Amino acid sequence: MDNLQPILSIRNVYAGYGNETILQDVNLDVFPADFIGIIGPNGGGKSTLLKVILGLLPPWRGEVRVLGMTPKHGRRFIGYVPQFVDSDRDFPISVWDTVSLGLVSGWSPFRRFTKQEKARIEAALESVGIADLRRQLMGELSGGQRQRVFIARALVSDPKILLLDEPTASIDPNATQDIYELLRQLNEHMAILLITHDMMAISSYTKTIACLNRKLIYHNGRELTREMVESVYGCPVDLIAHGVPHRVLPTHEGRTYG
Amino acid sequence: MDNFLTALQFDFMRNALLAGLLVSLAAGIVGVYVVLNRVATLSGGIAHSAYGGVGIAYFFGFDPLLGGMVFSLLAALGMKVVQSRTRQRADTLIGVMWAVGMATGIIFVDRSPGYKVDLMSFLFGSILAVSSFEITVIAVLDVVVLLTVVALYLSLLSISYDQTFATVRGVPVEAISLILTALIALTVVMMMRVVGLILVIALLTLPAAIANLFARDMRQMMALASVLGALFTLIGLWLSYTYNLTSGAAIILVAAAAYLLGLLWKQFGGKKTVIVSD
Repeated sequence: MDNLQPILSIRNVYAGYGNETILQDVNLDVFPADFIGIIGPNGGGKSTLLKVILGLLPPWRGEVRVLGMTPKHGRRFIGYVPQFVDSDRDFPISVWDTVSLGLVSGWSPFRRFTKQEKARIEAALESVGIADLRRQLMGELSGGQRQRVFIARALVSDPKILLLDEPTASIDPNATQDIYELLRQLNEHMAILLITHDMMAISSYTKTIACLNRKLIYHNGRELTREMVESVYGCPVDLIAHGVPHRVLPTHEGRTYG
Repeated sequence: MDNFLTALQFDFMRNALLAGLLVSLAAGIVGVYVVLNRVATLSGGIAHSAYGGVGIAYFFGFDPLLGGMVFSLLAALGMKVVQSRTRQRADTLIGVMWAVGMATGIIFVDRSPGYKVDLMSFLFGSILAVSSFEITVIAVLDVVVLLTVVALYLSLLSISYDQTFATVRGVPVEAISLILTALIALTVVMMMRVVGLILVIALLTLPAAIANLFARDMRQMMALASVLGALFTLIGLWLSYTYNLTSGAAIILVAAAAYLLGLLWKQFGGKKTVIVSD
C-alpha cells in the first residue's frame, strides 16, 4: 500500500477561527482501500477538519491535497455526505431530484440530464437499495432512508473517496447497522473517511480508527489505545472492554490503566 | 361583483389589476427562493432601504420607482459583500440597513421643496395609482425573473437545498445568490407599489408558504405561489373596491386567511404532514 499515492493527504495543518486554534499539526494520509473512522468529542475539531478537507476553510499553515490538487480543485472527487438537518424536512424535493443534484456543478445553464446521466442516477439509487423510493419526498423518509439518499447523491458523481459527517446521528440502531454494512460494501471500490462522536458504532465496522481532539492520533490500526481515549476525554481513563462485537480495546495484560 | 366588473371599464382599475397580476408572478417565484432559503428578514431590510431611494428620488425630482430600484439594489449587494467579507452577524447588518434606509427616505422627503409625498401610499401601497410605465417595468422584471429561474433552475435548487454540498460540487454559490438577492431587491420595489412597504414581506412569503404545503417540487411550488398571489390580489382588489378598504391590507388578509385554511386542510385532510416553518 505504501507505493500508492494517497487520495487525500493532510500535512501539518493548523486551522481555526479568529484567535482560536482548533486543529493543531494534523497529519493524515488516506489511501484507496482505507476505511477510517475519526472519533472525537464535540468541539474537538471534527467539523473544522471537514471544512478544511472540502476547501471551505483555508488552513493557517500546512497543506491539504486531494489527488494531488488543492481542495478547491480536488473536491469534485470527494463524495460528501452531510448530516441531515431536520429543518430541511419540509423542503419539497423528491429522492430522485436530490440524487440528481450530485451531477450539478458550475452554472449549469438550461441544464437537462442526458440518458446516460439518468441511468447513473438510477444506478446510484439501486446501489444503496432505495430505487423503489425514487418518487418519494425527502420529508417522508426515515432517518436511515435519508442517509442512503445522501450516499447515493455522493456516489452519482463517481467519487474516489466518501466523506461522511455523523452518518448515523438520529438513526435507530438497526438502520445504523445497515448503513455500516452498506459502507463496507462501498469500501470495496473507494476509500471512506467518516467522522463521528459515536465511538462504539464505528469501532466494529471501520478498518482503522483515528482520534481527533485538536490533535489527530492515528496509528493505522483499529484498536483504541489508551493514548487515543485519553486525548479524546482529556483525562486518564480505565479501558474496559465488554459486550462489543469485535474487540477494539487492547487486552489488559495484567496492567491497569488510570 | 357586477360593480367590480363595471369598475374594470376604468383605466386605473384595469391598470391596478394588471399590475397586481404581473407582480404576483415575480413575487411567487422570488418568494419561493425567500422561503426556502430563509431570507425573509433580508427581504424586509431591502424593502425598507428602498424607501431611502424613494426619498432621494423625490428630492432630486426623478422617478421614485427607479430611485427605489437603484437604492435597494445597492443596499442589497452592498450588504451581501459586507456579509461575506466581514464576520459581522448578518441580522445586525440587516437591522442597520432597514433603519438607515427608512431614516434617509424620511429626511429627504422632509427636505423636498413644495409638494410633500404621501408616506402612507408607500407604506400601504397605491395600486390604484399605478402608471402604464410602471406596468411595463413590472412586465420586464417578470421576464428577467422567469428567464433567470428557468436558466439556473438546477443550480438554484442545489443551492437552496444544501448550500455546502452545492459549494463542494463547484456550483458558483456566491454569484448565484448575489443574482437572486438583486432579483429580490427589484421585486420588492415593484411590490411596494402594489401592497406597500409594510406588507411586502407578507405577499412575498404567504403564497410561497401555502404552496410549500402542497407542492412536490420547487417548480410546482413556484407556479402555485404565483397563481395564489394573483388570486389573492384579485380577491383583495375586489374586496377593496366593494367595501372601500385599503387594497394592500385587503390583499394580505385574504392571503393570510388562505394560509390558515391551508394549514387546517393539511392538519385534518391532507397527506403530507404539516410543519410550520419559521
